[in-house]
Amino acid sequence: MPRKLPGKDVVIIGLGWTGSILAHELTAAGLDVVAIERGPWRDTATDFPPSYAPDELRYRLHHELFLRPAQSTLTFRNNPSQTALPIRTWGAFMLGNGAGGAGVHWNAETWRFLPTDFTLRSHLTQRYGAAFLPEDMTIQDWGVTYDELEPYYDRFEHLCGTSGTAGNLRGVIQEGGNPFEGPRSRAYPTPAQKQPFSHTLFAQAAREMGYKPFPQPSGNLSQAYTNPLGVTLGPCTYCGFCEWFGCGNYSKASPQTTILPVLVRQPNFEARTECEVTRILLDSTGKRATGVVYADTSGEEWEQPADIVLLCAFSIFNVWLLMLSGIGERYDPQTGRGHIGRNFSHQTVSSAIGFFDRRKFNFNPFIASGAIGMCIDEFNGDNFDHSKLGFVGGGYMGQVQSNGRPMETTPVPPGTPLWGPEWKRAIRDNYLSTVFAGAGVHGSCYSYRGNYLDLDPTYRDRFGRPLLRLTMDLHENELKMSAFLTDKYAEIIQRMGATQVVKQPRKGPYSIVDYQTSHICGGAIMGSDPGSSAVNPWLQSWDVPNLFVFGMSAFPQNAGYNPTNTVAALAFRTAEAIRTQYLKNPGPLVHA
Amino acid sequence: MAGIARRRLLTTTAWLLCGAASARAMTVKGALPWAPGEADPPQPARPGPWVFFTPEEGADVEALADRLIPPDPDTPGGRDSGCAVFIDRQLAGAYGSYQGYYMRPPFQDGSKEQGMQSPVTPAQRYRAALAALDKHCRAAFAGKPFAQIPDDQKDAIIRGLESSSLQLDGSSGRAFFELLLKDTQHGFLADPIYGGNRDMAGWKMIGFPGARYDYRDWVERHNEPYPRPPMGIEGRPAWTPPRSQ
Repeated sequence: MPRKLPGKDVVIIGLGWTGSILAHELTAAGLDVVAIERGPWRDTATDFPPSYAPDELRYRLHHELFLRPAQSTLTFRNNPSQTALPIRTWGAFMLGNGAGGAGVHWNAETWRFLPTDFTLRSHLTQRYGAAFLPEDMTIQDWGVTYDELEPYYDRFEHLCGTSGTAGNLRGVIQEGGNPFEGPRSRAYPTPAQKQPFSHTLFAQAAREMGYKPFPQPSGNLSQAYTNPLGVTLGPCTYCGFCEWFGCGNYSKASPQTTILPVLVRQPNFEARTECEVTRILLDSTGKRATGVVYADTSGEEWEQPADIVLLCAFSIFNVWLLMLSGIGERYDPQTGRGHIGRNFSHQTVSSAIGFFDRRKFNFNPFIASGAIGMCIDEFNGDNFDHSKLGFVGGGYMGQVQSNGRPMETTPVPPGTPLWGPEWKRAIRDNYLSTVFAGAGVHGSCYSYRGNYLDLDPTYRDRFGRPLLRLTMDLHENELKMSAFLTDKYAEIIQRMGATQVVKQPRKGPYSIVDYQTSHICGGAIMGSDPGSSAVNPWLQSWDVPNLFVFGMSAFPQNAGYNPTNTVAALAFRTAEAIRTQYLKNPGPLVHA
Repeated sequence: MAGIARRRLLTTTAWLLCGAASARAMTVKGALPWAPGEADPPQPARPGPWVFFTPEEGADVEALADRLIPPDPDTPGGRDSGCAVFIDRQLAGAYGSYQGYYMRPPFQDGSKEQGMQSPVTPAQRYRAALAALDKHCRAAFAGKPFAQIPDDQKDAIIRGLESSSLQLDGSSGRAFFELLLKDTQHGFLADPIYGGNRDMAGWKMIGFPGARYDYRDWVERHNEPYPRPPMGIEGRPAWTPPRSQ
């Protein structure tokens, strides 16, 4: 039996971006909050100071800041005819761990989704007709609109100090920004980052081709910035060790650099680290959460009672905890019934490598930041006419190369032997003069009936709990989109002056081996209809109203952007709803 | 780990309250759990003799590394840049046992999209494959180990492993090739603190300035070669005493 601790007003599962945002907002409202985090505490000076943060082997190859699969993993198969096997080491996506969560190791690309992304099914159906969508595509509207979310995008950007150039200020298109973005109420808090050579060259080529390039919105700051909480971030030094690494300069927006220093000083907040929540507890009606059970590092179990439970783990682990706790009806792909586990999706990234004449081009690829880059948005979402293309969706594309770290960024032309003098010469001759953005094309990934999460019948974790099982494959729509976008991207790389362009469109089957992005989403999706969603537009569980589920698990499908800004905006919006509505009248915020 | 000592020092309110102390789980309350001078720096490769390899294994891996990355007039090869030392220290550490990997059974082969499914750790794979390679070479080359046969024969053996046309007794030659190639290239390009990339030979060759951490002065100097020499986590080779091996 777990030992019962004194009750709290709020228990938060996971202290990443959403957990930190919620903890800060609710302690400010006077609530007594405890956050339970399964990883260690992480602190810039102790865990990733500049003296040893730039260590490619330790952090990139050996995944030191990430969750260990030995602690928790999932199993994977492409389709139900296969036996799912455990992901024994991370590949396609990386799962954060510890205080700060994925906010420690992200690249800090801070995008907003397009207004039409939030009303996707209605919009596409209206423009192209319902028959235009594949029969098994299960995309939905979100139950929240861009305009409703805008104030909260603004709050997150000002929390982070995001560096960028506005493209649409209160409806007026701005020169140099993204003309396709939804209207923003304010400019970015800091100007865009400086751009290295290849990124600038991409913008020039794109402009010559009639596109409207703009700097990628970046949480690696162009200048020092003090946020509304009074926390100061430093300027980014373009060190080229951003994604997969913690930032030693306090210049990448993360919970550590924006919230935690203030949050931990609140007398009504505490965090417990290296403590893993094993289940959410329900009362006898099954309609009210009474708290959580967690295990500490000695394996001892504790019960933490609370009036409100906030599930702020990484997306798939939210879904896993809901299943393990018996909350909501699990999705059945045969019948289409149930919502927990439905609409898993990822991101359809692709690229084109450009090899340039080294006598004329020296790109110094090691000078970069996580969210550096010049992008175009002409081929994102429904910014272009799909009627003759045979697919829906799109993505931003750009020269977004974030590093020249030599173990992963030594591309060689096709046909180069894998070893020997030719390989050695090829890495020497191409390192400084190659454009190699791993995800130069950042495509959407829509949801399908057959892509889902459930529990594995065979493999278990260290506590004996069944692992989550992922069934996922790429569909014709995404493969067509990737081919189309990659062609468009390659034209720009060619125009930059490349002597050889190697297209790398995404190909099936979906694989968990090579890194794509960590934007895995869905499984506990939001919506305005309890018949087709797990949580309501306030991220409140339809089944258990004192439980809220944050993060990408709420995305009904994925857009052609990085998700963090949207994740955080949804969290801020729900925090406000809890403060202004729920606390006065605890219960469903939307009546089904 | 320095972190454990640090964590033990911290107030663990909940545990004291309940009479249960925990070695690592901790409560953070009131202030950031930070103390000056505490850090979790990398562990430098230990200088000196082989740690994982036997002398014979070490000689063979040096010879293999020197064919995968051969020396040329400008840049040393895999042997003199320390790739085998790097691999030796890696195999003796967490990587050698796949520490942190999910290694629970059952193990079964899957599709390539399902990723690594072998119960064989890198340390086990090197040990078995090097023994089988030694056996093969001594039988084929009048008692000589891999390290002592001519370079063109060494290359033929590596090509055989790569193409799976050469089978090793009781060990997958192709899997060994893939592991060895990856580890050797990493040894050529990793920070020198781990025993490879000696004198930053790999970084100098490609033009990577290492762990400099601040390029604000050069970000807008487009198409100009970066002028400063590489620097690692331990500084520059000239600043630190030479390592043995």
